[in-house]
Amino acid sequence: MFTDQNLDSVDMMVNMGPQHPSTHGVFRMILWVDGERIIKVEPHIGYLHRGSEKLCEAELYPQIVSLFDRMDYLSNFNNELVYCMAVEKLMELQIPERAEYIRIIMCELNRITSHLMFYGAYGLDAGAITPVLYAFKERERIQSLFEAVSGARMMHNYINIGGVREDLPEDFAKRLDNELDQVKKGIDECDQLLSKSELFLARTKGVGQISGADALDLGMSGPNLRASGILDDIRVTEPYSLYQQFSFGIPVGSEGDCWDRYYVRIAEMRESIKIIEQAIKIIERGPVKTDSTKFLIRPPKGEVYVRAENPRGDFGVYLISDGSTKPYRVKVRAPSFSTLQALPHLLINSYLADSVVILGSIDIVLGEVDR
Amino acid sequence: MPKRVMDKDKKLTVKEASICLDNRGELLKSLLGQFFTDLVAQIGASIDEVTLTVKPEKLLQTCKILKEDPTFSFNYLRCLSIVDYISRMEIVYHIYSMENLHKMVIKTSVTEDSPKVPSVTSIWPASNWFEREGHDLFGVQFIGHPDLSPLLLYEGFEGYPGRKSYPFHDYDEW
Repeated sequence: MFTDQNLDSVDMMVNMGPQHPSTHGVFRMILWVDGERIIKVEPHIGYLHRGSEKLCEAELYPQIVSLFDRMDYLSNFNNELVYCMAVEKLMELQIPERAEYIRIIMCELNRITSHLMFYGAYGLDAGAITPVLYAFKERERIQSLFEAVSGARMMHNYINIGGVREDLPEDFAKRLDNELDQVKKGIDECDQLLSKSELFLARTKGVGQISGADALDLGMSGPNLRASGILDDIRVTEPYSLYQQFSFGIPVGSEGDCWDRYYVRIAEMRESIKIIEQAIKIIERGPVKTDSTKFLIRPPKGEVYVRAENPRGDFGVYLISDGSTKPYRVKVRAPSFSTLQALPHLLINSYLADSVVILGSIDIVLGEVDR
Repeated sequence: MPKRVMDKDKKLTVKEASICLDNRGELLKSLLGQFFTDLVAQIGASIDEVTLTVKPEKLLQTCKILKEDPTFSFNYLRCLSIVDYISRMEIVYHIYSMENLHKMVIKTSVTEDSPKVPSVTSIWPASNWFEREGHDLFGVQFIGHPDLSPLLLYEGFEGYPGRKSYPFHDYDEW
């Protein structure tokens, strides 16, 4: 005879990662499940900890730019920009207008490649193989532009203290125009392919919900926070560089579920294209770096905290200078690091099969989580 | 042949970064001045941010006021960093208010021998991993933190690699 008593379930422990294709890097989580429900989550990070912050204390100011490339390796230009802005703010360095526009164009292009990467990988997480092929086709167009401008596909080292390393190639405006038209069509195509697919909706709608207040408390930022209905974009609330000159929208979600987090990013790509189109129209010829930048930089004694809107959220650099050629302390506030804290909150009480979809939706890069 | 002037031979004057608060910063500074008259708190600024220096004993009380009082409502913890000034450790909180769009910095100092500071996880849950990281790399004890197990380093790692006293392996000749 079965009674309620001898039908008790036993909690089971499931290990995921660090070598697992759906963890987007070397991320490990231990899940305790009761049947199909997740009851406890223990995230483990640090497999990629390289001590970048400590390493910064041993390098000269211009050398550190290349370390920032390696933090969030899907949005290198954005990382470089934040670090360079921090040093420039400390030195009160005014950089030429053309350099500012080039920086904005590059950063927004980088935002598109980063979100396309998310789109492709998220399709894979949800069980769709085709989207990644379409996403990479579009991503490749922008990557080839990056290659033409900086000479590298990933670790660009292009934005330097006092401007950018080199001017744009002669035919850049024409090429950009060409590629952007294609990318625009490509994004629409991607949108049609996955966003309204019934299977995809079933996997993502109402899954991994988080309220705006909880997301704020747990330190989420960027698209993840906006998906929960909180309008916060540093490009608008605390404009840096020349962002106040551009008109663009900020996509905001309402439910805070996986689908909202996905769709906010799709909508953001279109807004980025708007910014690039405006920037390429007003950019004028001129110098791309200040004359005064030398290799041995001695910023005045002091400290500065600079933040910017990266594809993954609020990226901050806390820089302390003691007046020498090397920084005294560099602290990086990585958006993925804070976002990952909210993972237990998102996963608990959801199904084990949804764990991959939820982890994919917050779009982490382990390079900046572990630093 | 002229002797090459080495970097270390040059006489250098170290400049200090100048402070330039914007309107919002000035407003916040005056608001803080009205509020924190009884607490042992110093109000200062670093470039464009208002800083509030408190003693570790007063930290929790100050943070609670800053989060819950509607004049400030600092509801978002952006960053928690630890800076090793050899004789003392400074714990720096960068906070932000989504409603008032204010930003400010709270600082508190502890000695390196007994780095104990109350945890702010009850006020800003986002500080959880930042504090674990600080415990890992700098050995700062956050009193009242739910779980201070290693985050970035492996179990059994000895020493605190973030501190200035931790040996920095320079390049050896091969």
